[in-house]
Amino acid sequence: MKVGVIVFPGSNCDRDMHHVLTDVFNLNAEFFWHEKNLPSNIDAVVLPGGFSYGDRLRAGVIAAHSPIISDVKKLAEKGIPILGVCNGFQILVESGLLPGVLLKNESLNFMCEWTNLIVNNNTTPFTNKLKMNQKIPIPIANGEGRYFVEDDTLNQLKKNNQIVFSYENKVNGSISQIAGVCNSDGNVVGMMPHPERAAEKEINQIDHKPSSLIFESLIETVGMKN
Amino acid sequence: MSFQEHEKLHIEKNVKRELTSTELQILAAEWSEHCSYKSSKKHLRMLPTTGPNVIVEKGYDSGVLDVGDGYVVTVHIESHNHPSAVEPFGGAATGVGGVIRDILSAGTRPIALFDGLRFGNIENDAHARWLFKNAVSGIADYGNCLGIPTIGGEVEFDDCYTNYALVDVAAVGFGKKSKLIKNHANVDDLVLLIGGSTGRDGVGGSQFASDALEGEDRSAVQIPDPFIEKLIIEAILECRDENCINAMKDLGGGGLSCAISETAESLGIGIELDVKNVHLRESDLSPDEIMISESQERMLVISDPNNLSKIKQICDKFRIQCSVIGKVKEDKMMHVKNGNDTLALLPADFVARGPLVDRAKSKPEYLSQLPLNPPSETQMPLSDILLKLLSSPNIASKHWVFRQYDHEVGIRTVIKPGFDSSVLRLDNGKSLSVKIDGNPKHCYIDPRQGAIGCFEEACRNVVCTGANPIGMVDHLQFGNPEDPEIFWTFMESIEGITDFAKFLDVPCVGGKVSFYNETSDGPIKPTPLIGVLGLIETSPLLPTLPSENDVILLVGETKDELGGSEYYEYIHNFIGGIAPKVDFSESKKNMKSVLSLISKNLIKSAHDCSKGGLGIAISELCIFGKIGCNVDLPSTLSSEKILFSESHSRYILVVDRTNLDEIKSLLTDDKCSFSELGIFSGDQIIFKSNSDPILELRVDKAENNYLNSLGKIIQNG
Repeated sequence: MKVGVIVFPGSNCDRDMHHVLTDVFNLNAEFFWHEKNLPSNIDAVVLPGGFSYGDRLRAGVIAAHSPIISDVKKLAEKGIPILGVCNGFQILVESGLLPGVLLKNESLNFMCEWTNLIVNNNTTPFTNKLKMNQKIPIPIANGEGRYFVEDDTLNQLKKNNQIVFSYENKVNGSISQIAGVCNSDGNVVGMMPHPERAAEKEINQIDHKPSSLIFESLIETVGMKN
Repeated sequence: MSFQEHEKLHIEKNVKRELTSTELQILAAEWSEHCSYKSSKKHLRMLPTTGPNVIVEKGYDSGVLDVGDGYVVTVHIESHNHPSAVEPFGGAATGVGGVIRDILSAGTRPIALFDGLRFGNIENDAHARWLFKNAVSGIADYGNCLGIPTIGGEVEFDDCYTNYALVDVAAVGFGKKSKLIKNHANVDDLVLLIGGSTGRDGVGGSQFASDALEGEDRSAVQIPDPFIEKLIIEAILECRDENCINAMKDLGGGGLSCAISETAESLGIGIELDVKNVHLRESDLSPDEIMISESQERMLVISDPNNLSKIKQICDKFRIQCSVIGKVKEDKMMHVKNGNDTLALLPADFVARGPLVDRAKSKPEYLSQLPLNPPSETQMPLSDILLKLLSSPNIASKHWVFRQYDHEVGIRTVIKPGFDSSVLRLDNGKSLSVKIDGNPKHCYIDPRQGAIGCFEEACRNVVCTGANPIGMVDHLQFGNPEDPEIFWTFMESIEGITDFAKFLDVPCVGGKVSFYNETSDGPIKPTPLIGVLGLIETSPLLPTLPSENDVILLVGETKDELGGSEYYEYIHNFIGGIAPKVDFSESKKNMKSVLSLISKNLIKSAHDCSKGGLGIAISELCIFGKIGCNVDLPSTLSSEKILFSESHSRYILVVDRTNLDEIKSLLTDDKCSFSELGIFSGDQIIFKSNSDPILELRVDKAENNYLNSLGKIIQNG
């Protein structure tokens, strides 16, 4: 069992994600530099947050053209679980693996604060241990986190059960308060909030269990096998 | 560029020839107040700098503290005042960048940032608002991109900063003791310049910062590029892990001139460099400009020639440039060449050790003219006063600021910004509590006591989280040191800080002096800023919210000390009175007792009592807990003094009634003065005097003013 954590120039949540996967959830995780290839026998891929390429042009757009993304696409087609968090979500959107775009927050400022997520789809590899409508206390930290799709796509997302998480309250102006979506097969999930910042009691004094379930869902999906 | 008489004599005595233009430029940069500390260096030596946790190594730009189990914490503080006053976004951002590289150069990873920001009156000054807004954006843009959390700081507004800005940045690093860079060099080692290219930005920045701010010299302001900085951090740490670095220094004020001369001097070596090998942003840069450019995101690295290919490979991976610009010589000379031509050839210690000066000092006239009492009493009801104070930009929540900073990245932030002191978890199970504090209003009225007070306040804040202070950094910001009255205030501050540091046995592990903080309107108020690091052996005391019937206990004594208080200045518009004074033994006693109560797990939470006094401190707890209080004020002084005096060494303890007797008896044993003030209850903040209510305010109303005032001022102008 191996989880690949992809590192782009400017990724800055890669080490946090690796720590949570390995030290907290005992998963076998390995960093992959963006110029490397991903082995075909990998069991899951995480694109962590950060500022890949300094957010130049538009958040995630340059990283979406990295060599490793073609491997990510192949794995996505094979049904391998893929999670993009924050900048990782932006990269998945820019690479066309997920629908929609992420725009500048309504406040026009970077926003770092704790918020509540609501689980809208508990059938993905990252949410299967969560209950429908379960609340997840979790922090967001982004400048371009306002999810947007056109009405047609929005209806399709709703119809296909592709909205995975929404914000309990109006946070940044996201359409339908969407915080996370998946592809139509459900194996590629992107979310703006940071589960790796909320899955340990020490740093999440509200309740770290719901975010832990995101990682436990992955374990449930891929198993703990070596 | 001009030298003073004594500097000209010093040059004549030591160099028996005409200086070249490059040499003149190098000396002007390196001997500027900013780089040479010529006014302050002699006096900084009085500060205690050693202690059981302090690790001293030559050439470190940051303080290093041993936190046990093979780990170290590094810390440094700097300011970027002049640039931020001209171009707040870029000035503040590059200020962050510079201090981070100081942490990096010890071989540690930067893990947290803190900012102390000061501006003019944002309520009526649109320019101050513009400076404030953009400085915050600049810090956010830079720190967020790097993934280094900005977890604390302070923001203050005062008319003395009109048309000016103080942007202080402190950074904390963490690493393994075994991986610290042990700065050393061997003859024929290579001198490398790693990172961003050298351009025309920041040329003459040090001299710009060593004079009063009169013009807007934009070319002296550097251009930030956090993406390059992030790549440099990762590349340097990878080089460190591969043991490729013998010595390292950040390029900051004075650019190459300063980095080369200071490295050569501190290691006792000579360095020969060729400006032709420096990678440039603009091809037509003159050699002199190359030597004094302060372009950002550059590191000077000394390495063994055998490690060059490994370093190049790592730099290639991150696509950052690495130029071999020179090599280490035995002759202790700083030798600058342009191809085969020698541009400068001077002894490194001659360059690095600028001639120091003795500044005259005299007690400022204004101090004897300050009135003792406001001319008239206010007719405003106390509840209105409290509400107004809660909305004061100096007291109101800084949520609008810190929510723009990523304060969670790195997943170490246990106590988040907005409380007394922020706390980081460390890899050895211990926790680090860090706070920076300044108080120019107190310092103006009493420079010595004010400076000690900032120090004590920072200590109190870390104590409230259960941390024992292990080190401090000071940043001393004043006007023109050539003015004896200003120099007197500097001397008072540093003497006060020294006395208290020695008394508490808390070593000074780093610091900075910034003079010439003045505009055509005059100098700023004395603004020393103190950062204190505290270590917690286990987990910190979390800011647990108070609940119904919890008891409010005040440790410490409230004195007749309204001078420089927010009450006098914001409500009465009055500058004067007697500023708070730290009673050393009371301070130590209270700190020790509060720490012992925390370690015995007897209190729910502790809150520092400072700006706005007791009235604000208790209201803040009510706002956090969304609960009222019923407090009977002691009648030793007038209610206004009890509520708003900013006396030091005071802590508000939130206590479960079941522990009350034990706490009281422990405090009595320790001979601490304390009083039981009342309880948390209901939805109103109620203060009574002799059992008669004198102030009643709904918590939700207080909360609304406290949480939203700052954002409203920014949005609505």
